Amino acid sequence: MPIQVKGEVLDVRRSGAYHVLSITAPGITELTRPGHFVTVGIGGEESALLLRRAFAIHQVQSRGVYGGTLDIVVGVHGNGTQWLADRRRHDTLDLVGPLGRPFILPKERVNCVLIGGGYGTAPLFMLAEQLRERGCRVDTIVGAATEEKLFGRLELKRLSSTLTITTDDGSLGVQGRVTDILPDLMQKSDAAVVYACGPMPMLAAVADIATEYRAYSQCAVEEAMACGVGVCMTCVLPIIGEDGITRMLRSCTEGPVFRGDRVRWSEIGTIPPDTVGAPVERGH
Amino acid sequence: MTRAVFSTGPVGGSAPVQHIDMSTSLGPLGLPSPVLTASGCAAAGRELDAFFDITQIGAIVTKSVMLQPRSGRATPRMAETPSGMLNSIGLQGPGIDSFIEHDLAWLADRGARTIVSIAGGSVDEYGKLASKLRTAPGVDGIEVNISCPNVDNRNQVFACDPATAANVIQAVRRNTDPRTPIMAKLSPDVTDIVAIAESVVRAGATGVSVINTLLGMVINTDTMRPHLAGVTGGLSGPAIRPVAVRCVWQIRQAFPDLPILGMGGVRTGEDALEFILAGANAVSVGTVVFNDPSSPMRVHNELEQALITRGFATLSDAISYAHRGPDPVPVPAPESDDNDFIAE
Repeated sequence: MPIQVKGEVLDVRRSGAYHVLSITAPGITELTRPGHFVTVGIGGEESALLLRRAFAIHQVQSRGVYGGTLDIVVGVHGNGTQWLADRRRHDTLDLVGPLGRPFILPKERVNCVLIGGGYGTAPLFMLAEQLRERGCRVDTIVGAATEEKLFGRLELKRLSSTLTITTDDGSLGVQGRVTDILPDLMQKSDAAVVYACGPMPMLAAVADIATEYRAYSQCAVEEAMACGVGVCMTCVLPIIGEDGITRMLRSCTEGPVFRGDRVRWSEIGTIPPDTVGAPVERGH
Repeated sequence: MTRAVFSTGPVGGSAPVQHIDMSTSLGPLGLPSPVLTASGCAAAGRELDAFFDITQIGAIVTKSVMLQPRSGRATPRMAETPSGMLNSIGLQGPGIDSFIEHDLAWLADRGARTIVSIAGGSVDEYGKLASKLRTAPGVDGIEVNISCPNVDNRNQVFACDPATAANVIQAVRRNTDPRTPIMAKLSPDVTDIVAIAESVVRAGATGVSVINTLLGMVINTDTMRPHLAGVTGGLSGPAIRPVAVRCVWQIRQAFPDLPILGMGGVRTGEDALEFILAGANAVSVGTVVFNDPSSPMRVHNELEQALITRGFATLSDAISYAHRGPDPVPVPAPESDDNDFIAE
């Protein structure tokens, strides 16, 4: 069950194009698993920016002088994320978490491929650690538009058997997309599970490749949310259920991690006509 | 003012917590608290129960349910606006049968007072929804959503026309236990909201819920197209509060005894107090729940303290207090010998 707490900012540091905030989050960190997210209130109690911003939980420390602390990775896109990047030590933040359904971990020692796009690498650190603790081999691919927009590649290298970097402009690693080199890695690693977090088009392509190589995929989506706790119904995606029927499901409570082959990627932003409750064309 | 997230006592300080009688009513329905959730902002209560005890507030007003399951509109469904947001959900929901079996049953089991919001595409559908609810346990009241702006046809916003609004309310009244209160949810997007209120009251509404969202629109300046997939959406949040308070005020002026559930941008206890003073018997906290999932309980506590600070012994004493006659003119002080002071 998620809780709402006042957290204290312990540190804000730059990392490439991003800001990493360390925040006390007593009660949240103990429950956090890889893939969970938190929402943060923006601008204080009188703020004109009403909607909370959602962030994948990057790292947690459950012990230490400050009790539980967590890290989030903020990319500045607008007023809200700018406000967060401007926070300083001892500022207070309103946190709700842990939210969502986390990544499902394999019961057996299988090979896993992790793929992160931009700051989508954030939830992969904890995941890589826990996979390795279970004896799973972890091969990682990280990609971004430019070197500056790669997040945490050095740390990920430490956590992975191999790390491959791609950038759109070739400023670091292989020039191209993560999905350009994924098929080759799938062949070499014989991975049973592919974990991915990043932009929707990347997730769509990763899910397809995973399916092609008969691997199970776990994709953490980033969809616009108003509440993050399951009451507003803004963050829905067309998802195919176990029964083969498509429903519009909430990314916040039924996600953010979905099985890649269950998401109707190319129809996001539409209501597929065979969705439960889809509008029926009625003649008058 | 500081907010203590899990505090059930007054805000800050260590003075002993004072309490007053916060009970109110919407017609025959007595409520221990005047703070409710707002339809579409609390789902069916379950998610918010993690943040506060949903049995402690006035009632859960559930998301509007239709006869059949409904997918809602395509995404994007939401845009942030100054002190508010625009939504274009389009009444996504499981349909009345699933709602009764799962959501309503859970609420009844949990012991939460429940006002079920219903929405239909036709007068007939509203009647059918009401008759399904008549035999379902755990319905403390019905809110009739005749004002959702996110429908394909503007003619489906029944609350924009006094006659169609009345037809819907009649259909619901005919199919509802006479002891169950029916609240008609009205749209502010009309020339004369009092005329609509009059029409629904004559048709058998116990009271009115005011207001639903205002029809609005945002253009995305990057894509240079409408931001919402549904093009238009409903504007809510503190930005619309003055419109909502005005609607409550006007309806209270016309109907001194009509049960009014006020809503529109309630964020704090003082915001709720505005609605109470303007004539609301109770208030719903809506969009602010997205900002602060604990807010209904917090608003209850802040409202209680705001009433105590102003010397009210009960919540009831504050209802419509802003409509009172002029304050008594202070008796002039006896004339002083010292006229120099007055000359100045």
